[in-house]
Amino acid sequence: MISYVLPEFLVMRDENRCIQCQVCVRQCANDVHYLDEKDGKVKADDAKCVNCQRCVTFCPTHALTIIPNPQEFKANANWTKKAITEVQKQAESGAVILTSMGNPQEYPIYWDKIVLNASQVTNPSIDPLREPMELKTYLGRKPDKLEFDEKGRLITKLTPQLVLNVPIMFSAMSFGSISLNACESLARAATELGIYYNTGEGGLHSSLYRYGKNTIAQVASGRFGVHANYLNAGAALEIKIGQGAKPGIGGHLPGEKVGAEVSATRMIPEGSDAISPAPHHDIYSIEDLRQLIYALKEATNYTKPVSVKIAAVHNVAAIASGIARAGADIIAIDGFRGGTGAAPLRIRDNVGIPIEMAIAAVDTRLKEEGIRHQVSVVAAGSIRNSADIIKAIALGADAVYIATSALIAIGCHMCQKCNTGKCNWGIATQDPQLVKRLNPNIGARRLVNLVTAWEHEIKEMLGGMGINSIESLRGNREMLRGVGLTQKELDILGIKAAGE
Amino acid sequence: MLREKYERVPSGCAVSGILDRSGRRFSGNDIIQSIALMRERSNGLGGGFAAYGIYPEYRDHYAFHMFYDDEQAREISERFLNEHFNIAEAGPIPTKKVSWIINEPMIWRYFVLPKEEKLTSSGLLSDEFVAQCVINLNKRIDGAFVVSSGKNMGAFKGVGYPEDIGEFYQLYNYEGYMWTAHGRFPTNTPGWWGGAHPFTLLDLSVVHNGELSSYGTNRRYLNEFGYECTMQTDTEVAAYLLDLFTRRQGMPLEIACKIMAPPMWDEIERMPDDERTLYTALRTVYGKALMNGPFSIIAAFNSGMVALNDRIKLRPLVAAEKGNVLYVSSEESAIIEICPKPDKIWTPRGGEPVIGMLEEVKA
Ligand code: SF4
Ligand code: SF4
Repeated sequence: MISYVLPEFLVMRDENRCIQCQVCVRQCANDVHYLDEKDGKVKADDAKCVNCQRCVTFCPTHALTIIPNPQEFKANANWTKKAITEVQKQAESGAVILTSMGNPQEYPIYWDKIVLNASQVTNPSIDPLREPMELKTYLGRKPDKLEFDEKGRLITKLTPQLVLNVPIMFSAMSFGSISLNACESLARAATELGIYYNTGEGGLHSSLYRYGKNTIAQVASGRFGVHANYLNAGAALEIKIGQGAKPGIGGHLPGEKVGAEVSATRMIPEGSDAISPAPHHDIYSIEDLRQLIYALKEATNYTKPVSVKIAAVHNVAAIASGIARAGADIIAIDGFRGGTGAAPLRIRDNVGIPIEMAIAAVDTRLKEEGIRHQVSVVAAGSIRNSADIIKAIALGADAVYIATSALIAIGCHMCQKCNTGKCNWGIATQDPQLVKRLNPNIGARRLVNLVTAWEHEIKEMLGGMGINSIESLRGNREMLRGVGLTQKELDILGIKAAGE
Repeated sequence: MLREKYERVPSGCAVSGILDRSGRRFSGNDIIQSIALMRERSNGLGGGFAAYGIYPEYRDHYAFHMFYDDEQAREISERFLNEHFNIAEAGPIPTKKVSWIINEPMIWRYFVLPKEEKLTSSGLLSDEFVAQCVINLNKRIDGAFVVSSGKNMGAFKGVGYPEDIGEFYQLYNYEGYMWTAHGRFPTNTPGWWGGAHPFTLLDLSVVHNGELSSYGTNRRYLNEFGYECTMQTDTEVAAYLLDLFTRRQGMPLEIACKIMAPPMWDEIERMPDDERTLYTALRTVYGKALMNGPFSIIAAFNSGMVALNDRIKLRPLVAAEKGNVLYVSSEESAIIEICPKPDKIWTPRGGEPVIGMLEEVKA
């Protein structure tokens, strides 16, 4: 069957610049570039190109540019190029379209419709270069009140907490979906930064146990790699109920990615598909969740906080309230822009709600029920920069999870082809040749740089608002104003319009 | 423009407080003189006083000071009061015509005790019962405002310079063991009598100079414990936090202050083990109660008072002692004006509370 699908990208090679060195040929795992034996020239098969820009970056003479294929169909506002191409693809494959990373569609990005406050006259701004500016964050369950004895000594003992130097953590990415070097980059950076990274649902590779102090070990529906040592390896546990990129469905790691190391870590046979079911088959209701939370606490002797991660869906506020009451110490909420290593395109692009709305609704709901102060709330699902973080915290989050931005820091170029396992940047792959392209020392350095840069920016913005401690920003929606939002949207976000 | 009650108004200010720990009562002259010296710090849009020990003949009654916009508000409020309380005495608070003071509301005073049967059927302790009634009055009755409701104390406030307000209420005719005062510099309001300081809740009164950048966070936190910040003022936040920690959660006053203006994490890390555990717990559990941004407050209650600065001292606060008397004020000069030779005068550090307690309470 001849394919009707046109190449998505065109590889433009400037013949005046190209020195025929074949770097691009060696760099491309998709076999786009090849040496044509007939005329001894490097050529390209555009149809295979995913626009990951590995070749563009490494070409010594900057001879390469990848452009979107300019070929258009007859103009049609309804039957867009994307809509037509997807029908063609499915007519040829008979299959679900698989993709990766987060929802790229043109839904509103509320972060970009929210602006921040700053002090003028009545309240001095604070200069973070001259005054202390505190970002330290404690995640975990808090009592309603502390008790003191008659001498004023503290009686209450706090349950275990996660202590973060900056309210940022690296979100769940499993070994299997990403490479060991990517995992190690995250683990080392988290350790250096005094924050945490999350193992994702793929267990913990034996070489990573030494980063346990800065590790959150995830337990998902497939229970891959879950055993007593694993549960006790990290500083906290996280039960993954759902993920923003694919709410309501499980995960699928194709057998090709299950090599010896992944197989040993996940405790599944080499080459077998790792399929995590859509629900946890021991959690069909909120009581069941409570049992699992306490089973994990028992298994770890109540030494670790337990987080529950859910995708932001329509009634996220009520669900979060149930999770808080079920005994979770931390609730992580993943918005519909959140990334993934593989997801059906229709699900990724159509299911779930924006994290901005979800966080605002959850914070308000928990506040109304008088339980917001008892649990920590973590926002995830496309935090792109430090301003997004400030806004997330002002809407009510205690901290944020970042994943896509962390991967971009270590080389990801957002080609959305993680599911193919051929990541040219050594991230979403298990191919040893590709994996070694990512040096964990350099990866960790880049991650530390990114978070440090954001930390500076957060301090600057906080100081501008006249705040010297991050806890005074939590849920402080007075610091936010909406631009170009409807009254309903403003109400849900709980903020005023600019000028009000 | 929204009435101040419905819109948050930033303001700068002057505060002063005097306590005779021995319980000796003295007239309002000193406090008026002290706050008058700081006229520069006010703009005539609000002044007020809290006086303690002024109603010894009714020491066990709740003294309600009320503002009414009109006769109707008074009638409805009195019906409410009669329904819930036995009123021992009622009448207008005596005032004197002062040319600068205009548009005053009707100002009334009632000495009351909760009706036994109402108290029993509510199942509340009498303080909580009174607090609920105050909230209901303020919320439900248009044109009525409870200025203060504590025992053996009262707030006197209005729109004007504080010394004129003092003259208006003839505070030199009252005698109390403790006085606090406030001169206000709101930035954008025509001034509403109810919006002047002190803000009160039962016998707790707060005068405050500053603007909280953490207002939104503090307000949401208080909301979880049933406090509704309807006045949109930072003072209300400070008062409710103190009420929550000291009255409802029964915490020592010093600890409550350390929640509102805690030490820096750096400092906490250098503390000995016990202290580090305590302060870490305080900040972990009560982070949203940290009052961020510039403030100096004086909070008074029947048994004493506390003056507190924000933790990086962005607003002035000075304290002094002479014999049994404790003075606190925005400016040293306002203390020297009434106590030229104090035994001791000092500038408390940011976040370091100055606490003065009546001796009988201390013992
Ligand atoms: S890397 Fe650049 S210069 Fe080398 S062959 Fe490819 S296009 Fe030509
Ligand atoms: S991780 Fe690799 S495959 Fe996935 S989007 Fe980034 S560059 Fe592409």
